[in-house]
Formats: sequence, C-alpha cells, structure tokens
Amino acid sequence: MEDKTLLCRCEDITRDRILQCIADGYDTIDEIKRVTRAGMGPCQGRTCRLLIAQELSKAYGIPMEEVLMPTFRPPTKPVSMGALADAHKEGGTKE
Amino acid sequence: MKKKAYDVVIIGGGIVGCATAFELAKRGVTDILLLEKGFLSSGATGRCGAGIRQQWGSVLNATLAVESTNIFEHLEEYTGYQGNCGLNQGGYLLVAYTEKEWAQFLKNLEVQRGLGINAFAVETKDAKKFVPHINTEGLYGATFCQKDGHADPFHCTFAYAKGAERLGVEIATYTEATGFKVANGGIAGVETTKGYIETKQVINCANAWAPKLAAMVGENIPVYSERHQILVTEPVEHLMDPMVMSFHRSFYVQQAPHGSFIMGIGHTEETSFNSNSSWKFLEECSSIITEVLPVLRKLRVVRQWAGLYDMSPDRNPVIDEAKEAKGFYSVCGFSGHGFMVAPRTAILLARFLTGEKDSLDIKRFSQERYKTGDLLLEPSVV
Repeated sequence: MEDKTLLCRCEDITRDRILQCIADGYDTIDEIKRVTRAGMGPCQGRTCRLLIAQELSKAYGIPMEEVLMPTFRPPTKPVSMGALADAHKEGGTKE
Repeated sequence: MKKKAYDVVIIGGGIVGCATAFELAKRGVTDILLLEKGFLSSGATGRCGAGIRQQWGSVLNATLAVESTNIFEHLEEYTGYQGNCGLNQGGYLLVAYTEKEWAQFLKNLEVQRGLGINAFAVETKDAKKFVPHINTEGLYGATFCQKDGHADPFHCTFAYAKGAERLGVEIATYTEATGFKVANGGIAGVETTKGYIETKQVINCANAWAPKLAAMVGENIPVYSERHQILVTEPVEHLMDPMVMSFHRSFYVQQAPHGSFIMGIGHTEETSFNSNSSWKFLEECSSIITEVLPVLRKLRVVRQWAGLYDMSPDRNPVIDEAKEAKGFYSVCGFSGHGFMVAPRTAILLARFLTGEKDSLDIKRFSQERYKTGDLLLEPSVV
C-alpha cells in the first residue's frame, strides 16, 4: 500500500517519496533534500529532518545519532526583504 | 572502493567531474573512479545560482554556453535520467546601467548574432514587457535571449552521475584525495581517506580546491577561491520568467519554477575557503534587489548559503596537464560560470583524452596564456 503520510509538510513530500529516494541510493538527508526539496520550505526542515533521519536509520540499520545532519542555515526564521533592505539603509546591523 | 587500481581517477563530484566521467564512459573509458569528499553536488555546483546564459561577449564562452545549452535541453534523455533536470528557458534580461556598459552590450550582440544566438536589444520602455515588476530607473537599456534560463544543479549533477554509473563508473562519496604518488614524471596513484589507488590518469575537477591538489604534484595554478553568497525566499505565485542580471550593479535574480526567488550579488571579497553565510549579505543583497524589484519587499527570506568561486586571472577556466606529473590534468578556474559550460567542457576534455577531434582547441585553456599574456578576455562576467 502507498504511504502518503507527509514527512515534509512545507513541500508536501510523502514518506513514499523519501523511501523511493533511499531505494535509489541517496543515503544522506543532504542528498534527499536536494532531490526532493524536503526541508527547503519555510520551516527549514524542523519537522522533516528527524523523520527522514529515522527512515535512513531504519534503512541502513544505524543508530539515529550516526545519521549525518544537514547544515542548519540562517536565518532561523523567515525575514522580509524589506526589513533587511531598510536595515541596510540605516547603516547595517553589526555582526 | 571496489578495486585497488583504475584507469582514471576523477576528483570532484560536482557537475564538471560527473559530466567528465559520463563523457569518458560514453567513449569507452569506463574503468573510472570518481572521488568526492562530501556528497555529489556538495561543493560549488550545488551552491551556484543555476543560471544558463548564452549572452556572452567572447566567441569562446558563447560557443561553450550554446553547445552546453543544447545538451541541457535534453539532459534527461542524454544521460538516461529518470528525474527532471528543471531546465527553465525563461530568458535572461541583461540590464545596462551605464553608457559604457550599454555600448558593450551592443558589441556583444554582434558576437552573439555571428554565432546564431537569438539575442536582441530591449529599449528601457519595453523592459516591463519581459519583467513586469522591474524598476527601470537608471536603466540605459537591456538585452534579452529567450533560450537563456536556469536548470536544477542537483538534478543535472545526479543525471550525469547516474548515467556514468550505469556505464560502469564507480563513485565514492565521502572519500577525499589527500595525496599523490608520482613516478618517472607521471602520475602513479592517489592517496585517499579510504586507501591508496593506483592510476595513470587523474582529472582534478575540485573547483576551488583544485590548485591545492595540483600543488601536491608540483603544479602551480593561479586560481584562488572567493566566497559568494545566495539567498532564497519563500515561494510565491509566478511573477516573472527571465533571470535579471546586471554587471554594473552586480546582481542576479530569478524566480525558480517552484516559486521562490533566488538571488545573489557579485561583490568580491578577500580570497578564503570560508563558506559561511553572513548577515551583511542578507541586508546588502535585499537592498540592491528590492531597488530593482520593489515588489519583493514583502517576500520573506527563508534560507541563505555561500559557495566558492574558483577565480582565475582572466575569469576563464584552466585546463592543463601538470608539467611534472604527466597524466594529471586540472580543470578549474571557471570563476563562477562553470555550471553553464560544464556539458561542453566535459566533451572537450573527453575528446582530447580519447584522441577524438574537436572544433574547439583545448590548448587555448592552457595556463601558458598567463605567461604569454594571450588571455581569454571576457567583457561580460559578474
């Protein structure tokens, strides 16, 4: 039976799609993200990252902590381009 | 790695390395090991702006780009790939902000027409026909080519890699080349993090890291790495087809088929291997882009990243054999436009290595040009 459970809610990626990727030989979250867009939506993988890790852990028989995590990229929360542009005009935020 | 010796070892799992593996395998050279220190497309390819343009100012670059685009147009079929390489030929609108730049664009159009590229000038008042939301303030004019556009760098790389594997190429990810053995003036083997490999031919496609590897066999390549950053927004309804690009203001922005806007700025910085993101970039890039496309002000940035350009002195690739290690070839220095010329560059290299004739002269890419001063000059590069 098809498993239509959504693992990535932002990009509508089902568990089936993830399992197909693993069957196709993609063996990291990083690659699966790039093939399917899972983890590229507004929440940036907060939900699906661990769910995909779980599938990889099961498929390869390795503990969860050994599944490679992708790079967590900024910004932490979505920020509007207008707010960023205005900050630049006001001299820019000190890093 | 399944064996201890291979005819060819390719270093680098970006599009150049994967396409070269595929083109060699297609020509019967199938005993190839491709080494990648991370996952496929984890370096510059997977971090690039994904643009494909034919609006170049030099015959050589325009030719490489046109012939590469011809392949991108049917890459799935060409490589036997099940996925979708995401080619979107919505055109490039190149915008000129100075009189000098405009004059150069008109010269470029002559070069492009000579090669049969259907690019044309667009008057400022007509720019909105191509990009409805563009702010034309300060614009001198623009040029447009419908066959320019963008493709998905991940899927393009995977397409070549899967195609190569089907032809017998072995790909070892998370395996880094750490040293080389040279014997009697020729390459004899590669040290990797997973063991030693015997080989008589190495193709170094490691982009920004290529000069470091070449230095290990005594070859000095004047290519250096430079960080460039990109940001991507949340997806929204379709707003524009073309990639909008400026050399003078140094930016590019496109809307991916999926709806998100992807953009970058070309500001140069000190050479480094730093590929971390910076907040300053988010602000600068947002400021530049929202001037040109004010409609994007409300859009939210969801992610940013950085990658490394492999900059060469004349902003064009170096394809050369190491003088003190015959059989060791380096292919690097694409200076930020490697993705769009990779398909044809891989053919050039594969033809050369298999003794097949080519209409392009690979020697033109030799780094000898930096000694003779006969550079590959390109007027239109970010």
